[in-house]
Amino acid sequence: MLSEGGYFMKGMAMGGIFCLLLSLLGSFRPGVESDTDSHHHHHHVQASGRDELRRFSDTEMQKLRNQVQVSCIIMVQPKILAYWATALDTWSKHCDKAVFYTSESTKALEAHDLNEKDDWTRLRKALKHAYDNAGELRWFFVAQPTTFAIIENLKYLVLAKDPNEPFYLGNAMKSGELEFVSYDSGIVLSYEALKRLVRVFQDEDKCPERGHALWKLSEDKQLATCLKYTGVFAENGEDSHGKGLFNSKSVERLMADSMQANPNDVVAGCCSDVAVTFNGMSPNQMQVMMFGVYRLRPYGHDFHDLLEFKAPEGSDND
Amino acid sequence: MDLFLILNPGTLLITVKCCSDQPKVRCKMTMQSILITCSPFSPVEHNSQLGNSSRTTRILCWIMTGPKNLESRTKHIRETWAKRCNKVLYMSSVETDFPTVKLNVSEGRENLYWKTIRAFQYIHQHHLDEADWFVKADDDTFMVIENLRYTLSSLDPEKPFYLGRRFTPFIRQGYMSGGAGYVLSKEALRRFVKGFDSGNCTHFSTLEDMALGKCMETMKVEPADSRDVKGRQTFHPYPPDHYLVRQPPRPRPWYLLYDHYAPVEGPGCCSDFVISFHYIYGVQLYVLEYLTYHLRPYGYKYRFNPDERIILKTTTEST
Repeated sequence: MLSEGGYFMKGMAMGGIFCLLLSLLGSFRPGVESDTDSHHHHHHVQASGRDELRRFSDTEMQKLRNQVQVSCIIMVQPKILAYWATALDTWSKHCDKAVFYTSESTKALEAHDLNEKDDWTRLRKALKHAYDNAGELRWFFVAQPTTFAIIENLKYLVLAKDPNEPFYLGNAMKSGELEFVSYDSGIVLSYEALKRLVRVFQDEDKCPERGHALWKLSEDKQLATCLKYTGVFAENGEDSHGKGLFNSKSVERLMADSMQANPNDVVAGCCSDVAVTFNGMSPNQMQVMMFGVYRLRPYGHDFHDLLEFKAPEGSDND
Repeated sequence: MDLFLILNPGTLLITVKCCSDQPKVRCKMTMQSILITCSPFSPVEHNSQLGNSSRTTRILCWIMTGPKNLESRTKHIRETWAKRCNKVLYMSSVETDFPTVKLNVSEGRENLYWKTIRAFQYIHQHHLDEADWFVKADDDTFMVIENLRYTLSSLDPEKPFYLGRRFTPFIRQGYMSGGAGYVLSKEALRRFVKGFDSGNCTHFSTLEDMALGKCMETMKVEPADSRDVKGRQTFHPYPPDHYLVRQPPRPRPWYLLYDHYAPVEGPGCCSDFVISFHYIYGVQLYVLEYLTYHLRPYGYKYRFNPDERIILKTTTEST
């Protein structure tokens, strides 16, 4: 009697635990992308090689060069003031237009105060504002000041691409079935992509303004999801040799990785000559980068690039 | 690089041509309203013969190293900047297949000046005719040899000169920082060796750079100014972040106290054509190699172009 009841209770308990486990595992959706997946790019956009650019006449090149103008959308916060100030003093000077959007005002620096604490909602507002005020600009670069960018190389990447086509470029990663551009290495949108994005912002089902309460997706994945509905897909930005241009790591990290992976050809095996972004550098390292990128060079070397970008006015560190 | 204005009488036509007396250097002329510039047109594969004069600028580099640093430091120098010297020698206390030269000196900080003396004597004995300039570097120094060549191209190696990051204390005419690397002209090297042969120079201190500076002064070798035309430093005894980061006006920090020329903090510290940084090894060496020789802003027109000349144009014809 007691022993039979004991077995029954044990059975019930085990069954109950098993049911609980099954339901938990079923509803659990890890947002972890495996490293092997994230580098398997179905979609990629490459910079134009020498031969491709040589086919343009001088007038055509001039036209392309004058048309490729970048509007930088820089998402800042007072808690990363040192990065904000550094972005202002360094790479953002090379954008044709740079607008800083902040989560809250601070007396230290001026920016567009979107008065919005939610990261995704704030990003939406910034993108809409940038679109509404685009003027003649047709390329949009979204980044946080913790990223370092070389805008000339961004221009080189999109030089011969039509901004009236939807482009959504950067360091393309994969999370389950979703391919998205990683926020920390900068997001590039063509005018057409941004136009479609702003339109789908109106659709609360496809692209809700406030993220789901329980499983909050990061902004970059939300962005990818919304864009996917408009037929725009993430593409990996690469140089003409297929090397990624948008880096989620710092130069130092990437070089250390290369010393391990390619000990006989460390520098060549590391990063592109025309890389667009790096992430994870300190504000001081960014100041050193300005020198390293825009000034430090060996006398007598000439790369014979096929167009020219002028240095920005009134700047002393580039 | 020369810009020629050729006046054709009768047609009021003025032709502008870029010419060079260097055999392998062609000129490229670019026009921007009234600014006409001539710049060296060289292939991407480094034209190491580039210089402003027809005098040669052969550089022999010697690296002060030792057995315990070959794998961790010197190997990476061999993979990167050492290749750009006309000749490179790795000075150690032990002979190896690296290859290293065996100097009859033990390792250790207190033997650095002995090593330096023996190294220069060795070079004078075996390699004097192979170079015009003789550079000493540590195994944690990063050097840009093309920029060194550019700085040296206007100096005569038969004159007694030496260059580096000039420090003020201890020696009346100052001395060059050891870590930042320094260069001796052929005549300076002759005098250094002669100094020790004659007893005018001795091993009176273990502080290699200061002691060498004393010998230079004794042998009447002149410390030259290695700064660029804008007064910016080319040799640096510390890594770039010690100089480039903007600072509010402040008294000299400890690492700038010895500087002979008033140091500038922030972007004005350093020349675009930097020659050296010190305390650079491992990953940092490759990072600097990448930043100097590889990573660039596509198509960027650099602000500092020391070869540019401005001339008014009427009609022009590019060649």
